[in-house]
Amino acid sequence: MRADDVAVVGGGLHAFGRHEGRTGLDMAEVAVRAALDDAGVRWADVDLAVGGSNVSGKPDSLVARLGLTGLPFTTVRNGCATGGVALATAVSALQSRRAELVVVLGFDAHERGAFAADPAAYGLGEWYASSGLMVTTQYFAMRTRRYQHEHGVSDLALARIASRAFRNGAAHPTAWRRTPWTEEEVLASAPVNDPLTTYMFCQPSQGAVALVLARGDRAADLCPRPVRLASVTQRTRRFGSFEVFSPGLAPDPWHSPSVDAAAAAFAEAGVAPADVQVAQVQDTDSGSELVHLAETGLCAHGAQEQLLADGATDVDGVLPVNTDGGCLANGEPVGASGLRQVHEVVRQLQGRAAGAQVPGGPRVGFTHVYGAPGISACAVLTADAP
Amino acid sequence: MTTTPLEPALFASLDPPRLAGSRCADCGTVTFPAATSCPRCTGQQVLAHVLPDRGTVWSWTVQRFCPKPPYLPPDGGFRPFAVGYVDLGEVLVEARLVAEPEQLSIGAPVRLVLEPAVGVDGAPAVGHAFAPVAEGA
Repeated sequence: MRADDVAVVGGGLHAFGRHEGRTGLDMAEVAVRAALDDAGVRWADVDLAVGGSNVSGKPDSLVARLGLTGLPFTTVRNGCATGGVALATAVSALQSRRAELVVVLGFDAHERGAFAADPAAYGLGEWYASSGLMVTTQYFAMRTRRYQHEHGVSDLALARIASRAFRNGAAHPTAWRRTPWTEEEVLASAPVNDPLTTYMFCQPSQGAVALVLARGDRAADLCPRPVRLASVTQRTRRFGSFEVFSPGLAPDPWHSPSVDAAAAAFAEAGVAPADVQVAQVQDTDSGSELVHLAETGLCAHGAQEQLLADGATDVDGVLPVNTDGGCLANGEPVGASGLRQVHEVVRQLQGRAAGAQVPGGPRVGFTHVYGAPGISACAVLTADAP
Repeated sequence: MTTTPLEPALFASLDPPRLAGSRCADCGTVTFPAATSCPRCTGQQVLAHVLPDRGTVWSWTVQRFCPKPPYLPPDGGFRPFAVGYVDLGEVLVEARLVAEPEQLSIGAPVRLVLEPAVGVDGAPAVGHAFAPVAEGA
């Protein structure tokens, strides 16, 4: 660890799921206190905070609960990339030496059912929602079907992704969905948006995550096994990408912001996708994980079929993916989801995963989120040899 | 059937139905709905452009649950409907598909039609949709 590296030195997580009577801010407080305890520091020691929530309150109002120390607190609201952008903001504060010890947090407490979206907020006419087109699950289904058509991937591969997520969730104490549905049960569940079935989709849920970050010169004093944030990147869509909430698209639309964000993250970290030993890729549905595995460079387009059949993405495979069950088993509190990924990868690299631990002491991890309206954030995390 | 469109700006004409897009004077990129600047080259010289009324299904799905408001289900309640992207050659257009799932496949030829819809205030309206056509029709 170099002095000017940025490292995660503590983490805390409020279990994901449904928590009636508890607000997003309630859960965020639990997560921050757990993260501070994990790092062995107090809120009074923190000199900068970055927090994100998409719909569940003002993150900076947490100072009323944690302590009115006067610290600068930046609020982030970037849809599914909220956690990634919060993390990137915190990293730049540490790198520019505007702060020594930073807390990053994310939370949300969504209502039941599919996300409702306001067309005006996306610059779209009311007609788009009135037509019944403004539904994220439709997009995921159409992207999946087209991807299967172009790359020859089966519905069984989609079921394998969901089944593995639920197996991992079943082994994880803070996951929400812990029934290990089989591939047959996933395929037989009711269709939601063909070809995607009920068990191939995650649901909006509730939860919170917090991380404590420090520069490399302090990290070893605060944490026996600090994890380096080797890169954190974020990108918006370019012309020609196939995005959710698009009434029209350019012909042959495939250039996703996930491709750009992942390539930048690997380049900045000086790590190749093939070096990754534990990964988190956005799996709001089986089809999304399928597509994102290739868009991030973790495998070739179409190679998913064989990788999944071989169990390569299982916890004991060559490329363990979404080892805590991902969004499929944890649901998606939008503001917290990206930080959940980082929290899980940190624990895996520290050798103290709450659920199934990747064997062999993994040292290189990767996280990826993707969301509306065409944004992606990625991170590469590395650990020194023990 | 009423011919009040959900959004008049989407249509160059209603009889026959044709969609209104835009075309960049600099790079030729076609956009739907009509845009005021070009998303590809950022140019601001964009011209009105009538889109082709025939194309092929690029991808599709079936919406099997009732979307949340502001979508309003029709009288008689929600019934699942097909949705897709239609490849018009110069642009892909997202639209409802007036078809049963077994009629749909990637590459299937379709043509533009008007379909009954429910307006923001619950009033009857029409929206753009595509329906299958027989080969050569």
